[in-house]
Amino acid sequence: MDNQTIQNVGRRNFLKATGLTGGAFILGATLPMGCSVEETGAAQHEINFFVSIAKDGQVTIVNHRSEMGQGIKTSVPQIIADELEADWDLVSVIQAKGDAKYGPQSTGGSASIRTYFTYIRQMGATARDMLEQAAANIWKVDKSQVKAQGHAVLNLANGQTIGYGDLAIHAANLPVPEKDSVKLKDIKDFNLIGKDVKLVDLDTMVAGKMQYAHDIQLPDMLIASIERPPVVGGKVKSFDATEAKKVKGVVDVIRLKDRGLPSNLLPLSGVAVLATNTWAALQGRKKLKIEWDHGTLIDEGSNDYQQKLKEKVNTKGITVRNEGDIDNHQYNPDKTVEATYSVPYIHHASMETPAATAHVKGDTCTVWTGTQSPQRVQSQAAEEIGLSKEEVHKVEVNQTTMGGAFGRKSKGDFAIEAVELSKATGKPVKVVWSREDDVKHGFYHSVSANYFKAELTDNGSADNWVMRNAYPPISWLWNLEAEFPSDGALSLGYADIPFEIKNLNIEKHKVKSYVRPGWVRSVACINNGFALGSFVDELAVKAGISTHQMWLNLLGSDRMVDPSGPNFKYSNYGLDLKDHPIDTKRIKSLMNLLAEKAPINEETAEGEGWGISFLRSFGSFVAAATKARVVDNKVTILEMHTAVDCGIGVSPDRIKAQMEGAIVYSLSIALMGEITTKDGIVEQGNFHDYPVLRINQTPKMFVHLVESDAPPGGIGEPGVPPVIPSITNAIYHASGIRIRDLPVSKVLSV
Amino acid sequence: MIRLTINNKPVELDVEPDMPLLYALRDELQLTGTKFGCGSGLCGACTVHMDGQPIRSCVMPVSAVADKAITTIEGLSENADHHIQNAWREFKVPQCGYCQNGQMMSAAALIASNNNPSDEDIDSSMQGNICRCGTYQRIRQAIKTAAKNLREEV
Ligand code: FES
Ligand code: FES
Repeated sequence: MDNQTIQNVGRRNFLKATGLTGGAFILGATLPMGCSVEETGAAQHEINFFVSIAKDGQVTIVNHRSEMGQGIKTSVPQIIADELEADWDLVSVIQAKGDAKYGPQSTGGSASIRTYFTYIRQMGATARDMLEQAAANIWKVDKSQVKAQGHAVLNLANGQTIGYGDLAIHAANLPVPEKDSVKLKDIKDFNLIGKDVKLVDLDTMVAGKMQYAHDIQLPDMLIASIERPPVVGGKVKSFDATEAKKVKGVVDVIRLKDRGLPSNLLPLSGVAVLATNTWAALQGRKKLKIEWDHGTLIDEGSNDYQQKLKEKVNTKGITVRNEGDIDNHQYNPDKTVEATYSVPYIHHASMETPAATAHVKGDTCTVWTGTQSPQRVQSQAAEEIGLSKEEVHKVEVNQTTMGGAFGRKSKGDFAIEAVELSKATGKPVKVVWSREDDVKHGFYHSVSANYFKAELTDNGSADNWVMRNAYPPISWLWNLEAEFPSDGALSLGYADIPFEIKNLNIEKHKVKSYVRPGWVRSVACINNGFALGSFVDELAVKAGISTHQMWLNLLGSDRMVDPSGPNFKYSNYGLDLKDHPIDTKRIKSLMNLLAEKAPINEETAEGEGWGISFLRSFGSFVAAATKARVVDNKVTILEMHTAVDCGIGVSPDRIKAQMEGAIVYSLSIALMGEITTKDGIVEQGNFHDYPVLRINQTPKMFVHLVESDAPPGGIGEPGVPPVIPSITNAIYHASGIRIRDLPVSKVLSV
Repeated sequence: MIRLTINNKPVELDVEPDMPLLYALRDELQLTGTKFGCGSGLCGACTVHMDGQPIRSCVMPVSAVADKAITTIEGLSENADHHIQNAWREFKVPQCGYCQNGQMMSAAALIASNNNPSDEDIDSSMQGNICRCGTYQRIRQAIKTAAKNLREEV
């Protein structure tokens, strides 16, 4: 990231890049290597976006990250506008297409702000610097004599101002200053960052006019519904489309190509029915007769698979971290807690199912879709129509706001289906996934098992701590031989355990996959966070102290934890441990804040109880508390709190919204979400058998945001991992029923 | 040919009579504000009003809405200024926004029939509308505020 250069991109290039009109001063940033927008090709850049200012002072900012409900389309421009000293009412935002010239656009891992905050600020700051220079030139004074504020530059000597609209043309002709000569604002001078500004698409959404991938309509477009192989790696043996083709509106039936294994992030093949409207496509599809070759991934059923993982973690695994000497330790059974936890397959189930439209014309292709990875869609689409790597620019990927994604739409398989079908028909084709398609052909958070054993110490803590986990790695998608989680995956709330423990064994196991494993909101922090939070609660119960106190005791002294060792390199979510340390003091003060805000240590009524937990993930610290009631084996969730320390918070209301959303998402996972397979085939299909939380199951909730000047952490995911065990712990304290296998609905009604 | 009224305009539809209203709205009439979420009456994303009552358009064949008056989100108000829409803006309810058109249609029908809904009334009227982003708490707050504004107007 060091060789970032910012350069003045010609107006013409900017307009070409964005489809904007009316811009006068255009600042572009391309990274690294100092090449211009046109020369960058598909090279890897760290960041890239554009600011333009029109003569009337209107500022346009391109948001290059993918919006899926987290609010990034507001937050990124908000950061730029703050450094730019722009008036938010005069800022409009446009969404970038997929293109390497913008730098990485892949939006996941709660990474947009925690990874790119400084660089995004530099974009605004550089533009501000140039506007100041332009004004200084006009007044023939030194730049130190002027200051940008309120969408204008002020002459400190005489109080005159020149508006940004009038300066734009002059600034556009200036050389771009060296990065190091541009000063970022002092944190205390932020006037937009940390404030709630008007959300970019709020009015459009409330008017019902937000456009999603499902809503794309083109002249002559065909709508496709696809019957896919029930088992991953399966293929069509034979099919009969006679009846399907008789349905009014059906235009064509096309067999998709077989792609085999590993599945990559590509389509699964199958048979597509193309029609002039969605209903005809669906009706035609029902009339297809297909014989399948199920291939080799016929599993023993997810229940048996899960049982095997649970057995596996009760046996010795491969060392990840080994500190002190546990192997010769004699455990005192009266002081020892041993527990195995499991999580089933979990599905994203975004409200908007996958959808994409593609139009292939000769050797060019235009795609409209909602994707977390527009550049991957672009390169895979290029490959699909036979273009070389140098020709990816012949594919244009237009990005719609996603109707939720949660990791599902980081895979562009649905877009490549549309490309394949458009290429075959020569027409624009919209591929629409039904809910059943979505549930049955997902990339699931995998079935997993976590094992813990530890012995209480005399000072109210625990030692001789063993943990093991087992689940298939996501890299199986690309490599069928991949059977161990990477160090990066083991860094997700697992081997980065922040406790002061002398004797510690952390182990991993080898596991094969059957379904496609994928990133689901919070990834392995889901199972690791659930298991850790449950186990700390079990230790507290055994020790006869509050769970809050057990957390404080385990965290121990104030220190910065570095979990790396000879067999494990801690990835810290790609963040520098110096800027984003595992700071036990910060964790303890957050736990104490939670205890202040929620009456977690107070007596509750009969049948009611509080549960708490904590996890630091994606660079942010989140503690959660839940109050539950259990009467006649029926669970009611009464009240929930999260306390959040995410460092600098850019858009506080969106942080709160993400935390509220994480509470609801976690309630679905903890209480009711379960995908099962039999013979490699997913058994669920829609919200009746894969239920998600509804309003009548939603408790009142409170979010407590810590004010901080620390570098920002992530927000989309960190809310989930601590909330899940806080729910099951609350159920335990309300009823004495310990839930070690999710979801709760296996044993209690919810 | 099926005749009906959509957002106060007479419409003639030349589609299969068993086609759900959802697809007629979206594919034939380009009224894409009504969303697909499940196709089975389970999520509420496709909610529209039929003679003022909230219905799930994904399971309502067009033949069953002949001669009826349908209101979609596009017809809820002239300038996105229905009490429900104003409150939705005030509480910044939407995250991804995808479920919200259906939520607003259900909520508008609720306050039209009950201008002082309790939490229980809201839960029972709104539980057919899923929001996977988890905006339920704000939906509750916004409905109460919209209902209050409606009461004060009367
Ligand atoms: S799409 Fe109609 S209820 Fe879900
Ligand atoms: S706002 Fe995204 S599903 Fe409700």
